[in-house]
Amino acid sequence: MTGPAGGDRPAIQWGAEAVSVSFGGLRALDQVSVGVRPGQVTAVVGGDGAGKTTLLRCIAGALAPSGGAVRRPSAQRIGYLPPSTGVYDDLSVAENLEFRSAVFGITGAAAGRQVGEYLERTGLAAARDRLAGQLSGGMRRKLGVIAAMLPEPELLVLDEPTTGVDPVSRADLWWLIARAAAGGAAVLMSTTYLDEAARAAHVLVLDAGRTLAAGTPAEIIASVPGTIAVVPGRPDDTEERRRAWRRAGTWRVWHPPGVPASEPVPPDLQDAVCVAALRAELAGADA
Amino acid sequence: MRAMIVKEFRQLRRDRRTLAMMIVMPILLLVILGYAASFDVSDIPTVVAGPGANVAATALPKSFQVAGTYTATAGQAVTWAHDELRDGHAAVAIVTASAGGGPLILVDGSQLFTAQAALRQFAAQRSGANATASSADPGPGAAAVANATVQVLYNPQLKTSYIMIPGLAGVILVFVGTVITSLGVVRERQAGTLEQLAVMPLRPADVFLGKIVPYFVVAVVDLVIVLAVGVAVFGVPFRGSLAVFGLGALLFVFVTLGLGVLISSVSQTQGQAIQLAVMTLLPQVLLSGLIFPLTSIVVGVRWIAYLLPLTYFTQISRGVMLRAEPIGSLWPPFVYLALLGAAVTGLAIWRFRAFLAPGAAR
Repeated sequence: MTGPAGGDRPAIQWGAEAVSVSFGGLRALDQVSVGVRPGQVTAVVGGDGAGKTTLLRCIAGALAPSGGAVRRPSAQRIGYLPPSTGVYDDLSVAENLEFRSAVFGITGAAAGRQVGEYLERTGLAAARDRLAGQLSGGMRRKLGVIAAMLPEPELLVLDEPTTGVDPVSRADLWWLIARAAAGGAAVLMSTTYLDEAARAAHVLVLDAGRTLAAGTPAEIIASVPGTIAVVPGRPDDTEERRRAWRRAGTWRVWHPPGVPASEPVPPDLQDAVCVAALRAELAGADA
Repeated sequence: MRAMIVKEFRQLRRDRRTLAMMIVMPILLLVILGYAASFDVSDIPTVVAGPGANVAATALPKSFQVAGTYTATAGQAVTWAHDELRDGHAAVAIVTASAGGGPLILVDGSQLFTAQAALRQFAAQRSGANATASSADPGPGAAAVANATVQVLYNPQLKTSYIMIPGLAGVILVFVGTVITSLGVVRERQAGTLEQLAVMPLRPADVFLGKIVPYFVVAVVDLVIVLAVGVAVFGVPFRGSLAVFGLGALLFVFVTLGLGVLISSVSQTQGQAIQLAVMTLLPQVLLSGLIFPLTSIVVGVRWIAYLLPLTYFTQISRGVMLRAEPIGSLWPPFVYLALLGAAVTGLAIWRFRAFLAPGAAR
């Protein structure tokens, strides 16, 4: 799914250009840009309150930004999964999809067959007549993604499609996302899982409404300055403690360029995001 | 338990709307009901017709507020008096000399409490006249009242159900139109599906109409059921034009549905929507003339009644059902409902657009 990281990338078609959003006095997004290419998945990552949902709402057209520009296709060609999944609890799976098809004017046997395939592949076929409100969280998310994919959108915007979902359902959801991208859709999704973001062609890392890092996962990893070391316990040195984080039972310490490190390890996307967040935090603290 | 009490107080303090409803509403209701809750009718709108109508009008007791006089022959006077009552211009019509020779008093039974007050007055006049008959001349007005034949029109048995059911039809329309509609729209917002609708290829008008048409159909079905039960079970007459009634009901539903959407557009939760809807329902039930006669409500509070749509629907439904009032004399409530409907629905659409067209001001 990850596209080639070179000049043969498909051209950016949709996205945001220096978008800002304020809610009252709170700056939720500050000059954030992201491009979404057809046939590729672009992931937006960040912690709680980073601005992921706000950015996706702007790009989907559910929220007007206070500054900057958004490029998106017509509403007829956008699929959107809001945080709530956007499905009606008091309609059955089939009725939800029927409503969505009617709104988008989708008719024909081919579309019906495709929906049938999606339902079958994701284990929802047996639940066609169940109310969406009676589905598990994972099933509701799968239904929401299938509903968003119905119009064969040029731009598919998915807000945390896999959050709180079991591993099997996550795999089903990723199958759907991959199908959408393979069909030519430009997919923009937010996630809190960095292993998922690593599968995307392009990643945007947000923190408190600002861009921390952007690029392909390889570019973001390569942009980590200095080295990362693995240590068994929390460092005793106060300065090192400020640059340490816990991961999988051990601790990792970021050493800026020029600071020697023992047992350096090659960083992955999770390390790169942690270092980017640390650098922003340290820069803020030192300012 | 202490922890629960503290938690509840904290939540209550932050839920300002509920707090306002718990503190302001009782005070407001007390004041309004104190001035409005009265079945005592002190002013009886009266018209006088026939030979010597002007003289008879001046001699009427103070409680009979003369709304018009018509000096004419006996036959013309009776026709005119009937028309005046049918069109709701008065509750009592005194004809100084009818075709039968003697004075005739017509009382509009569809204005129940006013009619009862008038009949009590006439009874008192008669007993007073009998007591003084041999001693002094009671005057033309008093004589007309004392010697008159009294006829109660439209609701001869002065049944409460006759006046309540046409008004209750309006209350049910308010309930369905305002309370249920407001819940339906807020549910979309609470479930997060309104945001989904905002990005779908739907015009705000599509969503607005798509939301209210089902409630409109339910309201119409409810109305038909209420009227059918009223006529079949309670024997309430339907004397007027079904088309005029239907048009009035249509305009009224238009207002109540608009009000429902407007309430939903300023409510974050279904609880808030219910609170607001009840706050619009309660004054309509109490002040629209459905229960207490409008003339019994003190002027300082009565103006509120004239802002409420149910006041006008009650006038239309009682007028058409009980008195066969034609549209020609009902135009003021029709015009008011049309204006109110346009204003409320316009405001509701404007608010609704803000959610469905994110580019619009919010």
